[in-house]
Amino acid sequence: MSRNPVHVNLAMQCIANIGSKDMAEAFGQEIPRLLVSADAIDVVKQSAALCLLRLFRTSPEVIPSGEWTSRIIHLLNDQHMGVVTAAVSLIEALVRHSSEEYRGCVSLAVSRLSRIVTSSYQDLQDYTYYFVPAPWLSVKLLRLLQNYPPPDDPGVRGRLNECLETILNKAQEPPKSKKVQHSNAKNAVLMEAISLIIHSDSEPQLLVRACNQLGQFLTHRETNLRYLALESMCLLATSEFSHEAVKKHQETVINALKTERDVSVRQRAVDLLYAMCDRTNAETIVQEMLNYLESADYSIREEMVLKVAILAEKYAMDYTWYVDVILNLIRIAGDYVSEEVWYRVIQIVVNREDVQGYAAKTVFEALQAPACHENMVKVGGYILGEFGNLIAGDARSAPAVQFKLLHSKYHLCSAPTRALLLSTYVKYINLFPEIKSQIQDVLHSDNNLRSADAELQQRASEYLSLSVHATTDVLATVLEEMPPFPERESSILAILKKKSGRIPDISKTPRAANPHASERPQGLGTSDTPTLLSTAGAAVQAPAAAAPTNTGLLVDVLGDLGGGGTSTAAAPPATNGAHPASPAGGDYGAAAAAVHDQQAAVKKFICKNNGVLFENDILQIGIKSEYRLNLGRVGIFFGNKTPMALTGFSTSVTLPDGLTNRLTVQAKPVDDNIDGGAQVQQTVNFELIEEYVGMPDLSVSFMYSGVQQKLHLKLPVTPNKFIEPTEMNSEAFFARWKNLSGPAQEAQKIFKAKLPMDASLGGRLAGFGMQLLEGVDPNPENFVCAGILHGRGVQVGSLLRLEPNKQAQMYRLTIRSSKEKTSQVLCDLLVDQF
Amino acid sequence: MHFMLLFSRQGKLRLQKWYCAYPEKQKKKTTRELIATVLSRKAKMCSFLEWKDLKIVYKRYASLYFCCAIDSDDNELLTLEIIHRYVELLDKYFGSVCELDIIFNFEKAFFMLDELLLGGEIQETEQEERAEGHHGAGPAPGGGDASGLL
Repeated sequence: MSRNPVHVNLAMQCIANIGSKDMAEAFGQEIPRLLVSADAIDVVKQSAALCLLRLFRTSPEVIPSGEWTSRIIHLLNDQHMGVVTAAVSLIEALVRHSSEEYRGCVSLAVSRLSRIVTSSYQDLQDYTYYFVPAPWLSVKLLRLLQNYPPPDDPGVRGRLNECLETILNKAQEPPKSKKVQHSNAKNAVLMEAISLIIHSDSEPQLLVRACNQLGQFLTHRETNLRYLALESMCLLATSEFSHEAVKKHQETVINALKTERDVSVRQRAVDLLYAMCDRTNAETIVQEMLNYLESADYSIREEMVLKVAILAEKYAMDYTWYVDVILNLIRIAGDYVSEEVWYRVIQIVVNREDVQGYAAKTVFEALQAPACHENMVKVGGYILGEFGNLIAGDARSAPAVQFKLLHSKYHLCSAPTRALLLSTYVKYINLFPEIKSQIQDVLHSDNNLRSADAELQQRASEYLSLSVHATTDVLATVLEEMPPFPERESSILAILKKKSGRIPDISKTPRAANPHASERPQGLGTSDTPTLLSTAGAAVQAPAAAAPTNTGLLVDVLGDLGGGGTSTAAAPPATNGAHPASPAGGDYGAAAAAVHDQQAAVKKFICKNNGVLFENDILQIGIKSEYRLNLGRVGIFFGNKTPMALTGFSTSVTLPDGLTNRLTVQAKPVDDNIDGGAQVQQTVNFELIEEYVGMPDLSVSFMYSGVQQKLHLKLPVTPNKFIEPTEMNSEAFFARWKNLSGPAQEAQKIFKAKLPMDASLGGRLAGFGMQLLEGVDPNPENFVCAGILHGRGVQVGSLLRLEPNKQAQMYRLTIRSSKEKTSQVLCDLLVDQF
Repeated sequence: MHFMLLFSRQGKLRLQKWYCAYPEKQKKKTTRELIATVLSRKAKMCSFLEWKDLKIVYKRYASLYFCCAIDSDDNELLTLEIIHRYVELLDKYFGSVCELDIIFNFEKAFFMLDELLLGGEIQETEQEERAEGHHGAGPAPGGGDASGLL
């Protein structure tokens, strides 16, 4: 190896430019050594870092681990800014590969960033770019930090927040130069800081400031900045802390939709409107999007149609509005309305009686337009065939009129639509016997009976003979109204996701995280009636898994029409995609779905100690737990459901941020191998210090047939488990009850019953951990309980009273405890259980 | 950064640098598509556009378009400044650089680019060092018409 740095550098330039696998093998040893060697000059180190990065991308195994890790991380402290800049690129790639190993870089990156941010532009002379201190390095450090959650160490965290605040403050200072380069570099750092703030999603104050800053950019005269502001705001809208702040800019965004001259900026505005939409503004936003759709660019129409359809469905307070929106969609942009959209509106109309009459009337009116889109004819044909009788009383839409109207469109339509219309006609024979002969004439015509299209021919002849031979009873049975469709997720959302990966997941609206969600007015979407998108949260989060149902949909909607009354079995929603054979790529969706299921499952454990926590095709996880005073022992059983061994099995039980000082956890080791069909047990001990909100996390990872599998679950260890029941008589109970009358000592919730109000109630309540006291409350309908919550060194007496109201199907739950907060914590836990 | 293209207003490719391996056929197709897309955009439009799963950042200097493809989570504004820094470097080296300098001294333009970016990552953001590295490597040819890119 040459000692001349120019030669070395030249060689590395060459390696980095070619970067083949052979080179990675040949130089994988040398280059790391150059990178950290004491006598290599800065320029060589710089090249070495980037050269190594290039080789690492070619074959990740070139990177040495162990002691090298910390030496590489410490390059962040290098005196030469150029070396640091190059090294951060390398470190970021390594962090993405194995983030745990490089966790140490967080604090170093924060302090480096802080030094740059607080320096004035004169300090870093060579690395100041148009009066901005080291913009490239700053941006890279900010990006590096986005690979980790906010730092745990309060000192580091505070320092990072200071940096971010300084960057936000600097944005308000007057520019030091009029050049576009100055503002670009400055805003590049600012936007990256905002990305980090959004990524951390933990500092409400910073999020709101970021949002205000972006709000300023929305009206900036630079198109580039408007574009970026819209894009970042889209992410901000999904955070519970800033969702409301984003909504303040609704007007501006709508305005952007109307006035921006650049289609890519308008597209961003559409994305943002979609992301900021919730129940309060859905009507306005959907209307604006519809308005815009009339003049929208062809390239984005299809995506917009999907978005409008989803928003209308998700936030519909009133299904007549939903039907109007979708019919408008078809009218305005019929060509871009995909099949899924109109299948969906039919599903909803069929499943919801209250909207059927309205839908029939509306489509009837829409069909009267001289030219209407074929999709409109399809929807109209289907709905009138099912519910035409609901509007037949009106002379203007009498059976014969309806039939004539539909048939006037018949000859302009393609074969599949005609086939659908034929089915409508045969349904009319059942609904309106008075026009039977007219319909038979149509079926009998050569156009249909001898159609060149086999499907049409078959339908015409079969329907005809059905109408001739079958008795009215048989007709009525065969042509009965469609049964409701099985509830399932909206396939539209899946398609939208497939179309563009950058759509923020509106299924996790900020509401979900809001503890007061249950008190807000709820739309139809989340009420207990059969619902649309909202109940299907699992599949919404798992686009990959939901996709296969499209074909099932087709069978459902058209199958019954063609065949008559038999209800076709729906394709089962493929939520359990973690099938052994599925490729690694598909597992993401499945895992997301599984985790969602688990979140629902974990709630059941609040009132019971044993059961199955999680199950998929590979693994079953069961829980057996025992609690005594402030100690708990949880046995976790991992069962391998496959015939093959799971290798590299490891688990970890960790406490999320808020729990660390409130609960201790100690997990016994577990075998790293589970043979096929075998079960292993892991014991985890807990000790309660004081009450908390949340649950410990359980992460499981293992290799199954060469593919890494990871699960992130919640362990159902909740504070109520540490309650010991106490007996007391009526007198004692009410004496204590009166004693605990401070406003902070009491928590009360009024909520609707989700489960039947019957005898099982007492059993469930007893599972919560308190003693159910019989004959204590003067009203026999009411339940009262007493217990003591044991923490380390503290004991909190708690009393509970549950008053059911059977007429209203509501409960009032009151909990009083001797320690503040405990009541609220217990109350929140119990609310979901009835 | 995935690749960088320089092309003229007439759609002639002047310089290309690929930091990820693509088959020749795909490179040609990409180049053709991108040139067509970028040239059809109007001056006031924003400099970023989404293209497949990448982001394109472009900027026009005189008659020459500089066009970079970056990951969708990369910083767009700073990529604009990478372009600018490159133009500054070229300008410093050639002295009021123009399209002809790049046509006739494309190898020098590549050297400069290699000094700035290595493997698609920014290597040295500081101006003096890079430019000096190449002075003495050959006489700086003053050439072309007087109106430079900057």
